[in-house]
Amino acid sequence: MKKRNLVSFAKPIFFAACLLPVVILAWNGLNGSLSANPISDITNETGVWTLRFIVLTLLITPVRKITGWHWLIKFRRMIGLFAFFYGTLHFTTYLWLDQFFDWQSIVTDIPKRPFIAIGFASFILMVPLAVTSTQKMIRRLGGKKWDILHRLIYCTAVGAVIHYIWLVKVVTYRQITYAAIVAVLLLFRFIWKYRSNAVGTNRPAEKQVTA
Amino acid sequence: MLVKKRSDSLESQITSESLYRRRREFMRNAGLVIAGAAVSSVFPKTVSSAFAQDAKTWKPSNPGKFDTTEELTPFKDITSYNNFYEFGVDKDDPARYAGSLKTEPWTISVEGYVKKAAVYHLEDVLKGETKEDRIYRHRCVEGWSMVIPWLGFPLANFIKRLEPTSKAKYVAFETKLAPDEMPGERSGVLQWPYVEGLRMDEAMHPLTLLAVGLYGKPLPNQDGAPIRLVVPWKYGFKSIKSIVKISFVEDQPPTSWNRAASNEYGFYSNVNPDVDHPRWSQSHERRIGEFFKRKTLMFNGYADQVGGIYSGMDLRKYF
Repeated sequence: MKKRNLVSFAKPIFFAACLLPVVILAWNGLNGSLSANPISDITNETGVWTLRFIVLTLLITPVRKITGWHWLIKFRRMIGLFAFFYGTLHFTTYLWLDQFFDWQSIVTDIPKRPFIAIGFASFILMVPLAVTSTQKMIRRLGGKKWDILHRLIYCTAVGAVIHYIWLVKVVTYRQITYAAIVAVLLLFRFIWKYRSNAVGTNRPAEKQVTA
Repeated sequence: MLVKKRSDSLESQITSESLYRRRREFMRNAGLVIAGAAVSSVFPKTVSSAFAQDAKTWKPSNPGKFDTTEELTPFKDITSYNNFYEFGVDKDDPARYAGSLKTEPWTISVEGYVKKAAVYHLEDVLKGETKEDRIYRHRCVEGWSMVIPWLGFPLANFIKRLEPTSKAKYVAFETKLAPDEMPGERSGVLQWPYVEGLRMDEAMHPLTLLAVGLYGKPLPNQDGAPIRLVVPWKYGFKSIKSIVKISFVEDQPPTSWNRAASNEYGFYSNVNPDVDHPRWSQSHERRIGEFFKRKTLMFNGYADQVGGIYSGMDLRKYF
């Protein structure tokens, strides 16, 4: 009972914290505190925060499995939706500030530029996840189908890292770090599954906790 | 409305030590320029015109035939938005960290197929050269561009003094290697020192500049102090900064970005809207300060001046 209250108290605060990056970005933009190329700054910031929230989303399950802090799952939907939020901002920046809604050139640009194509694909894969994030949708799909659908986030995560690597002039520690983190987070799931398969049915069934 | 400009916040955030260092370098550079004035026979009025920095009011003292009349990029943008990986890979890293670069004493080692090979002190490089303002477009391979009022003199003038022999087919350049002064050189993002090269006719072209200043004042460290190359019809990374060596060689010399990705950055790297970077388009660019993108011009708009030296060359093959 106490834990549930704590979580419902923490959620709005956490929500506000997740908004900070875009608030700070907007504040800097209006103040003229961005660089000489503000559109590039907005594109980069929204992009890197999309990646960060994707990583955070993927962190929940490994952390709760290791620590036993199952209440973490209650924040996963919010984090995932914020990944979608920043992804939408990032994609909108491309459509609007980069291409000025020139749909003809966008349609030719996307398949021609691999880094844009993979970024676009990674974003599109988040749409069904955002759409099925509600309690109603979870019930409609049923836990098992929902779980399988939401594994699309693995594709999004890998795609986002490749998008990042393909767009920079030269790969630095930054891109390598994100690639390593995503690799570890996905590898964890693979090892955990292998481990639980090997051990057999002796382990108590995992409580399906959905946010 | 109080419009806070990024360079203002940068200046106030800089620690007192690096500000102190920058002041010292600035005074030294100013002293160097004034010393150069005492030696050269003709000293341009621009340096004495109180280092005017405002894009709208600054005027070159001697408008030349190579100047563009497009709107100048503000000094604060030219000095706060830089690609100078020797100081870090972010655009604001050079302004933040270039203060540690010692720009004097400065020497340029001239080697190779020339009669006057020697180690030249910067003052001797500048000796007798008339500095002029050149307002050039500057196009980065990343897809942004600026209009910069450089202060310098044609590289051709210096080369003629060096008396190259017939074996000198290319000119190779090298940036200072000093990881203790240039923190980015401790990272492996590129091979150091940074190297670049030009074909002899490109180096001798009247557009090619050895620049020592911008807006009539000495180059700030982040822009390649104390002396750099400017080749306006090529992508910006060819305009090598903080030059310490110039070699006259027979074979095409290695260039840093070509070494990093040979299929993406060619030796020539002429600005060409028809030849895309393998991963992104080069057909358009964002002029710093503008909202809408512009169409990129062939040879960055210098086709009339340089097109001739590439006639017959397959620009897609020799990119």
